[in-house]
Amino acid sequence: MMMSKLRTIRWSFFVFFIPVFLWLFLLIVLPQLELLRMSFLGTDYYGESGVTFDNYWAFFSEPIYWLTFVRTALFSILVTLIVLLIALPVAFYITKVASFKITGFLMVIILVPFWVSELIRVYGWMILLRESGVLNHFLTSVGILKVPVEMLYNDITMIMGLVYTTMLFMIVPLIGVMESLDDALIEAAHDLGAKKLTIWRTIIIPYSMPGIMSGSIIVFMLVLGSYLTPNLMGGKNSLWFTEQIYNQMIIYFNWNQGAAFGFMLLLLSSVIIWLALKLTKQDWRSVIK
Amino acid sequence: MQITLSVENLTKKFGDFTAVRDVSFQVEDGKFFSILGPSGCGKTTLLRNIAGFYEPSAGSIKIRGEEMTGVEPNKRPVNLVFQHLALFPMMNVHENIAFGLRRRGLAGKEVDQKVNNMLERVGLPGFGKKKIDQISGGQKQRIAIARCLVLDPSVLLLDEPLGALDAKLREHMKVELKKLQVEVGTTFVYITHDQSEAMVMSDHVAVMNSGQFEQLDTPQNLYHSPKSSFVAQFVGNNNKLAVKVHKKEGGEFYARYIDGRDYLLEGAYDLDQGDEYDMFLRPEAVVINPPAEDKKFNVMNCTVKAVLFDGGNSRLLLIPETTSEELIVALPQTKQYDYLKHGDVIKIGWNPATAVCFRKVDVKIYDDV
Repeated sequence: MMMSKLRTIRWSFFVFFIPVFLWLFLLIVLPQLELLRMSFLGTDYYGESGVTFDNYWAFFSEPIYWLTFVRTALFSILVTLIVLLIALPVAFYITKVASFKITGFLMVIILVPFWVSELIRVYGWMILLRESGVLNHFLTSVGILKVPVEMLYNDITMIMGLVYTTMLFMIVPLIGVMESLDDALIEAAHDLGAKKLTIWRTIIIPYSMPGIMSGSIIVFMLVLGSYLTPNLMGGKNSLWFTEQIYNQMIIYFNWNQGAAFGFMLLLLSSVIIWLALKLTKQDWRSVIK
Repeated sequence: MQITLSVENLTKKFGDFTAVRDVSFQVEDGKFFSILGPSGCGKTTLLRNIAGFYEPSAGSIKIRGEEMTGVEPNKRPVNLVFQHLALFPMMNVHENIAFGLRRRGLAGKEVDQKVNNMLERVGLPGFGKKKIDQISGGQKQRIAIARCLVLDPSVLLLDEPLGALDAKLREHMKVELKKLQVEVGTTFVYITHDQSEAMVMSDHVAVMNSGQFEQLDTPQNLYHSPKSSFVAQFVGNNNKLAVKVHKKEGGEFYARYIDGRDYLLEGAYDLDQGDEYDMFLRPEAVVINPPAEDKKFNVMNCTVKAVLFDGGNSRLLLIPETTSEELIVALPQTKQYDYLKHGDVIKIGWNPATAVCFRKVDVKIYDDV
């Protein structure tokens, strides 16, 4: 009796597990392993291919590569912080201040832009901001600007674009965690003598930390690995590391070099997230929950 | 005695709804003051006005003579123990208690010393390092109170803090809380819907109903001489008997019950606005098989419907003769009445001084009754 029950459990477990396993293994693990193998391959001066660390060495020896790398990392952190600073009050307003009726409406307003693909949204921004765009047309016709200014293709526009495209992924986990925050905690802090800013610092932010960290990780990963927005809004000046990978693989057909860069990016994001979790003393399990 | 808290003509409206209507009271220094009322009577609103989370629509609140209108909750010399305690889950016990001290700019050794003293005072020494989810309900209770008391407030407000505890622990905490209050000597303002909590702990109790105080008195007076039908029903247990009051030649007032008999009442009644009254009779004031021929004693014939055994809280369910109504009478567990069983016909009696009578009004104590 026991045995047959155990067997049915095992049987059903495999039925459900195999598709997941196949998907994970064939589409994610296997290609990654192949890329990892490729990143250690190269051809020497005589055209002989063999195992080498040259691809990784190139990363450190060419300043343009690792400078782009550092720049990408720093900008990603900056974008994550800006997104966080905007999302915290927004999430707080939606969960704690706005009345129940408005909450749903606000959520829809935040969600609707994400029904449209990132490409369309970025093109939307480009129509607004380019030299012959809507904003320039408006400013010159009003008389604030004498000649149209190119507002695209600089770091500020690019950061703005990245903040815009990733905002939702910060707001949703923050709303999730703030909804469980008992209003009485805020009132209790107020009652015990805390001012507004102190309540944020001592109660709301520490309480929301799991949401802040999971939101930050998602936003950071998305920004670090984003290609469209930096490329379209930052233009040739954007120097985003994903562009280097793209260039290596598609333009120079150097898949080995591209694979090595790809793994450097993976390593970088893992290290930064690990550091962030350590610094904020957050438990990995409570964050992914 | 010095007046610590003084509330004058306080009214709080939410739109068209008046939650608190023209309430005035004073609490002397070091007293335990309770506001007792059913849910939705406005007691929490009143408390939040005192704490500063609401601004009164009219009237004033003075603490130690200082006007509190317009003063933010963080600047008031009162602290509130929340219904669900609202301990900060991301901090340990020590940090929770130190929270208010740090907001006052204290730091280092001074904070540690005060927190440890407070922990000792509430009987939880060495609990500082514990996390909030590691301690029991009763301990959380004491930490929540310690967190407020460490700030030495003029008034400590408590919003039904025992509500979340199970019955046994609640009984225990009632006594603990009273002891603690006597020990620290802080003025407590306690709100509850549990009349036993209010009676056991308080020096004075205000019974509140639909935004107003029905009666403000000592627990003894509330019990023995309620001033309104609502208080009679809400404080303690009472049998409610619909009667018609009339006056006999001797000047004495009698209540005629539907069993057709007249029962002597104490005091005078104004019968100009009709004679429909409710007579309230406490189960514990009724004597089974009263001593015969005491003229002043009211005697009623009843049939035993059921014996409700509940240890020291045992009662008899009786049906007065010729009626279909039910009466509850306390059944002392002295072995004397062990012979009583379903269907027995017995006499019960009560001293007219223990019964009170009020003009018939429709009050709802609980929504479901």
